[in-house]
Amino acid sequence: MSARASTGSRPGGQGRFAQFKLVLLGESAVGKSSLVLRFVKDQFDDYRESTIGAAFLTQTIALDDHTTVKFEIWDTAGQERYKSLAPMYYRNANCAVVVYDITQASSLDKAKAWVKELQRQANENIIIALAGNKLDLVTEHPDKRVVSTVDAEAYAREAGLLFFETSAKTAENVRELFTAIARKLPLEQAGARNLRSNPRPGVDLRPEAPGTQGAGACNC
Amino acid sequence: MSKPINPGDESQGTLPTPEHGIAVSDFQNTAHEEEWRPPLPPRPSNLQLLAEQTFTPPGSLQRPKKSTRPSLISKATTAISRTDIHSQSYQDGSRETYATSTDTTPSKGSPRNYGSLRRFKAHNGSEGDDSGSVRSYVPTLEATGDVESLLGEVLSAGQESPAWKLQSGQQELDNPYDSIGFEDDGITAEFRHEFDDIGELDLTGNNEEELLNLWKSKRKHFLILSSAGKPIYNRHGDNNLISGYIGVIQTIISFYEDSKDHLRGFTAGGARFVIMSEGPLYLVAISKLGESDSQLRVQLDALYMQILSTLTLPTLTHLFSNRPSTDLRRPLQGTEPLLSALADTFTRGSPPTLLSALECLKIRTSDRQVINNTLLKTRCDSLLYGLIVAGGRLVSVVRPKRHSLHPSDLQLIFNMLFEAEGVKAGGGENWIPLCLPGFNKNGYLYMYVSFLEAGDGNDDARSKDSERGRQDEVAVLLISAKKDSFFDLRKMRDAVVEELETSGSMAIIKSAVQRGRPAATDIIPGTVLRHFLYKSRGNVQFTMPSYEPHFNTLLARRRLLSQYHTLHASVHAKTSHLKVHHCVSRDSISLAWVTPLFELYCIAGPHSSRNALAQSANKVVQWVRREEERVFIIGGAVF
Ligand SMILES: Nc1nc2c(ncn2[C@@H]2O[C@H](COP(=O)(O)OP(=O)(O)OP(=O)(O)O)[C@@H](O)[C@H]2O)c(=O)[nH]1
Ligand SMILES: [Mg+2]
Repeated sequence: MSARASTGSRPGGQGRFAQFKLVLLGESAVGKSSLVLRFVKDQFDDYRESTIGAAFLTQTIALDDHTTVKFEIWDTAGQERYKSLAPMYYRNANCAVVVYDITQASSLDKAKAWVKELQRQANENIIIALAGNKLDLVTEHPDKRVVSTVDAEAYAREAGLLFFETSAKTAENVRELFTAIARKLPLEQAGARNLRSNPRPGVDLRPEAPGTQGAGACNC
Repeated sequence: MSKPINPGDESQGTLPTPEHGIAVSDFQNTAHEEEWRPPLPPRPSNLQLLAEQTFTPPGSLQRPKKSTRPSLISKATTAISRTDIHSQSYQDGSRETYATSTDTTPSKGSPRNYGSLRRFKAHNGSEGDDSGSVRSYVPTLEATGDVESLLGEVLSAGQESPAWKLQSGQQELDNPYDSIGFEDDGITAEFRHEFDDIGELDLTGNNEEELLNLWKSKRKHFLILSSAGKPIYNRHGDNNLISGYIGVIQTIISFYEDSKDHLRGFTAGGARFVIMSEGPLYLVAISKLGESDSQLRVQLDALYMQILSTLTLPTLTHLFSNRPSTDLRRPLQGTEPLLSALADTFTRGSPPTLLSALECLKIRTSDRQVINNTLLKTRCDSLLYGLIVAGGRLVSVVRPKRHSLHPSDLQLIFNMLFEAEGVKAGGGENWIPLCLPGFNKNGYLYMYVSFLEAGDGNDDARSKDSERGRQDEVAVLLISAKKDSFFDLRKMRDAVVEELETSGSMAIIKSAVQRGRPAATDIIPGTVLRHFLYKSRGNVQFTMPSYEPHFNTLLARRRLLSQYHTLHASVHAKTSHLKVHHCVSRDSISLAWVTPLFELYCIAGPHSSRNALAQSANKVVQWVRREEERVFIIGGAVF
């Protein structure tokens, strides 16, 4: 039951394994769920209903032959009324993806507000990535773009964020986004807590199990 | 049914336990309580005739002997209403079938009323009397002249009379032709397009008329607006499209509200309008599908509960007391798919909503016990309610002693998980804050949802999408009052699933879901019944056979549900004291039977005899009695 095919499939079972909590934030309909679904299941729906509450998913990626990173992902609902619940999801997050829609100016403002909130309230060394989603829309119709790459990138640099323009629809830059986050996560210092050497498949790595938590993690 | 029935057993208000005489005891009590019963009218020897007559030229029916009937009309029912009159012709016969059998001795394995059926059959009487009772259906027909040519129509129309017409006032009686006609249940072929999108107004507004016509062609609408007239929800089309109508409706409703005279419903343009005013909200149902006012009200209530579920009552009240002109669409953002999923369920027709009851997965009592114990054993401290749901039906519930689960709350949950797309498309586990108004209108609970993969319950399978519809899936729902208990509940879910796998319960659940509901003929071999609904009032649960093979299409199912609505309305009208209601139509012959313990609605094919229908109804009751602990969750796991 606790066996995990994905972790077990690492080459020879050798190498490093780390687990991180990731949270997605951003205005409703910018494509948070779509990005996660693309990342986790390689799927995309043209019509997707708004998230209710939050969804919890996991995905494991191999950074190289001997480093595996498992993400525990909170895909939060972007709607206003869930705002007050957000701290519950980002409080213990090691990393965050703040998403906006490059065809909606207001969504970048919202993203900036999230970044600010994260920098004030979340883990001190949280890794934040900014994702300008729906890149496919402007590839076909360049006039649909309202947030320029240059502006967004400048803001991201200034705020110390990773930055990608993505498309959940075409999968462009989706894997790159998550991989870049994984690479930036503090694999080395995390050593004792986040990083496990040669874990046996079947070992329970649930966050609530004592001694397996990410930095500063608690059970919620 | 082999147990002798204690006539003194006052079963009213008690839960149906296997020891109780479910039906007959109650019915006999009813019979005893009736001070005086009219003598039995002679019955035709061949009951088949009645059904067949609906297909013979109306003129062939004998002229009724009216003089033998009046005393029956006034005595057999205690109230005169449209409903009573309508059903009179059938009601007396059915009552005899069930209620006048106190003198027959029950034989082993067959209920008393079954015995009475044989007696019923043995009667030799004239057909005239039977058509006499048919005649009593519409007394005003006489005034219009050609009675005989109409009788066949009356018979076939009986079933199709929209429920609201049964319940509404005298004015309908004046013009019975309004309610006559096969298409009168409102379900025509165009119902297939009921759920099609209307489309958007184009920039020039040139397509407005076209869109409005499409809007008007819908058989059913739900509108929600604030008492200040701000649109909140509208099932079909753009709010801008119908802003004129919304304005009119708001004006009409508030006109009545201002004069402290609440407008509850009216009929216009062949549609029934039912209005519910809840604090700052007006909810309006507009239906051409023939539901009764109270049935529509139940539907409006469910929509209102969904709004409360999103916002909680204090928030809703606060928003409007702060600013009466509040636009609720913003705080409700994202709730629209849930409201529409409810609305569409009601438009398709929904037994759980009609009966205000829930359906359970039929499994062995001992198997259910194992599952209950699993939930109890793995229960974590933060758990309030735990549910296992499979194929949209409840498998097991664990709950605190002092809190039962409200069917209306469960309806909201099932709607969110199985009808709307949002949660199931999410692809992961879910953590959902929601208010369950039946439990507590004032605050949120938090629900952990995990859909289980058919194959196994491991982590990766869990996150892979299923090819099959979620309807067939097993879901674990764990509800807590603590917003940070996600990982506690997730751990419990893992333990539950592991335990269910080890004990073989999971396999049992899955095969029960895959088997599906049994057909009516599997339950009662050779029955004339095509479908039935049996509601246990004490358990607030119902059971029914598969819709197959007779009700496979959307249209057929809607027709079936409309018949149930009509039967339900006949026995639930405020003025109705009916216990049994019988209907014959071109499509079917049907029966509603209500006791303090249960409600049973049966539909048989049009060529079936009333006798066979009645026998089958008895057999359904016997079957449920035998299977009660399998088809219903009795008690559940309580801590
Ligand atoms: N063309 C295009 N459409 C996208 C893309 N990503 C998402 N969408 C669409 O945008 C809509 C909203 O996407 P979601 O993933 O539900 O957005 P969300 O951020 O999760 O929204 P909330 O759950 O309400 O917070 C859906 O209809 C998606 O199909 C993309 O990269 N390109
Ligand atoms: Mg989402």
